Amino acid sequence: MKVLKQREAQLALSIAALALLVGWRAPVFLTAPSLANLLTDSTLLVMLALAQMLVIVTRGVDLSVASTLALCGMAAALLASRNPGLPLAFVMLAATALGLVLGLLNGWLVGYLELPPIVVTLGTMSVYRGLVFVLSGGAWVNSHQMPAQFIAFPLERLLGLTHLIWIAAATAFGAWYVARHSRFGRDLYTIGNEPSSARYVGIPIARRLLWTYGLSGAVAGLCGYLWVARYAVAYTEIAYGFEFTVIAACVIGGISIAGGCGSVTGAVLGALFLAVIGNALPVVKVSPFWQSALTGIVILVAVLINARGGRSKGRQILQLHLKNSARSTA
Amino acid sequence: MNSAQTMTAPSTSRYTILDRPGFRLGALLGRWESMLALLLVAVFAVNGTLLPHFLDLDNLADGTFNFSEKALLALPMALLIICREIDISVAGILALSSVAMGLANGAGWPPDSLFLVALLTGMACGALNGVLVTHFALPSIVVTIGTVSVFRGLASVVLGDQAFTGYPQLMADWGQGYFFGVLPREFTVLLLCAALFAFVLHATSWGRRIYAIGNNPVAARFSGIAVDRYRFMLFVLAGAMAGLAAFLLTGRIGSTRPNIAMGWELEAITMVILGGVSISGGIGTIGGVMLAVLTLGAVTFGLSLANVPGIYMTIAVGVLLLVAIALPRLLRGRKVAK
Repeated sequence: MKVLKQREAQLALSIAALALLVGWRAPVFLTAPSLANLLTDSTLLVMLALAQMLVIVTRGVDLSVASTLALCGMAAALLASRNPGLPLAFVMLAATALGLVLGLLNGWLVGYLELPPIVVTLGTMSVYRGLVFVLSGGAWVNSHQMPAQFIAFPLERLLGLTHLIWIAAATAFGAWYVARHSRFGRDLYTIGNEPSSARYVGIPIARRLLWTYGLSGAVAGLCGYLWVARYAVAYTEIAYGFEFTVIAACVIGGISIAGGCGSVTGAVLGALFLAVIGNALPVVKVSPFWQSALTGIVILVAVLINARGGRSKGRQILQLHLKNSARSTA
Repeated sequence: MNSAQTMTAPSTSRYTILDRPGFRLGALLGRWESMLALLLVAVFAVNGTLLPHFLDLDNLADGTFNFSEKALLALPMALLIICREIDISVAGILALSSVAMGLANGAGWPPDSLFLVALLTGMACGALNGVLVTHFALPSIVVTIGTVSVFRGLASVVLGDQAFTGYPQLMADWGQGYFFGVLPREFTVLLLCAALFAFVLHATSWGRRIYAIGNNPVAARFSGIAVDRYRFMLFVLAGAMAGLAAFLLTGRIGSTRPNIAMGWELEAITMVILGGVSISGGIGTIGGVMLAVLTLGAVTFGLSLANVPGIYMTIAVGVLLLVAIALPRLLRGRKVAK
């Protein structure tokens, strides 16, 4: 019974309940191909949410993920379309490396210059998005310009599941290892919980932040290639506004925006929840225009539930004090 | 001995605390606003010499249209950020207000009432944000990321893939018109609002309390400021200004489309940060924000006269933002505890 009180278990149950509800209205939703399709659709969001989780845990936020994704995706598409002979692994590595560099720039500004993350990533978000245009000259890269192998890779199947799912699973495993079992990851939680204490116990905060944002950028870079290859088109506006979807997945997964609190399972489940909503609407014949509104409501409900769970820990010292004194005087 | 100490204490005290700092020219020139003013003058000088039609009064008046509505969102955003809050949902509120006007217009409401419709929709949305932030003690960035989805979503549910058009002439007059044939109405509205905001923030006790909350919300609460009421009112105010911006923008472009004002929340925040408002609260002036608005407007207008694609502007704004926050930090040159 104790496990039911955990946020992740509740979230998993609500995802299952939602899926069953949709399946009851439209049984086709619960068939294996449909569920596999849902998993494939959720993968990019899962990966980005995992990277974003590590950033949010340090009391930061990375608004530039969508722009990094677009820039790396465009770079990968241009690289592949102009040099069709390049091995695919090289293209993927190049996209990831470019993302890493872009992320390290964020990390340097946040870590070593101690600038507020939200402002830094707001700035780099505009710059990276603009660079996509500069790189491509505003032109689209269409599917017929890309090598066949480049487009085919994400949806090719290995043991019955698409490469996307395997990559996302590997990312989730990696994130779990980093967050739970590596010194780097444990340091991130310390930094998020109490930065000044983290400094006293000798955690190299600047270096940790540098690599956290670098990691977020690298994942966004890899996702950039996967996104472009999956949808077989690259243009300036790809993934526009996706950074908020990623943060929303984290928030639904119970990762506290105030830092220091959040789990890998939560991030994955949060992303899955959004994917279920997105895939269920067409199945139950609700207008897809409802997706954004429903997503917003889910975010608000999740935040409200999470806040109720955290209230007993007494972080709102002032308000508790006022209520008690009001009661005693009354 | 004790009494002797207390008696001599005033005369031996080495420090006096003045009500306000004394006037020093160096401090005045070192201010963020002075830098921005210099930058604005520089932008005007460069654009004026390079672009033959830049310093044309009619052209400049036309150039104000592309930033007036965004600046109307930036003003309440400045108050919110000074107060340690943020509102990501302003552009979503704008979209929903515009849709509400479109519905009211379609239902045959009189043109005069449309402004009220936009204003009330905006205030209702702002009140929702405010209740969630104050009553449920939730972080405003999370709340408004959620509500922006709701507001934009509702707008797109109503609109579908259609667009509302056929707005009355009254709105076009306000969105596109001029006072006395020279002064754009939108810009006039912006200047009046800026003056009002500057007065409230810098000359009333309300404004002082907003700074106090931004500097330390807990201490502000203990000193008797109704912190949550201020927060709530600021969110409602942000909603109302988004409603006003919706009225002007819808009037100017004459239609409501699903992508109306897309991404404007981040542009408004950029204006505010560039104007010298600290993201950690408690610091900033309306004068700085307006200087940032005018500087960005002048740069955008110059680039558009020079036929540079608008997307280069986003690079310029991003670099400007990064340089603006990184430069003071690099100049101070304090070593980081690694």
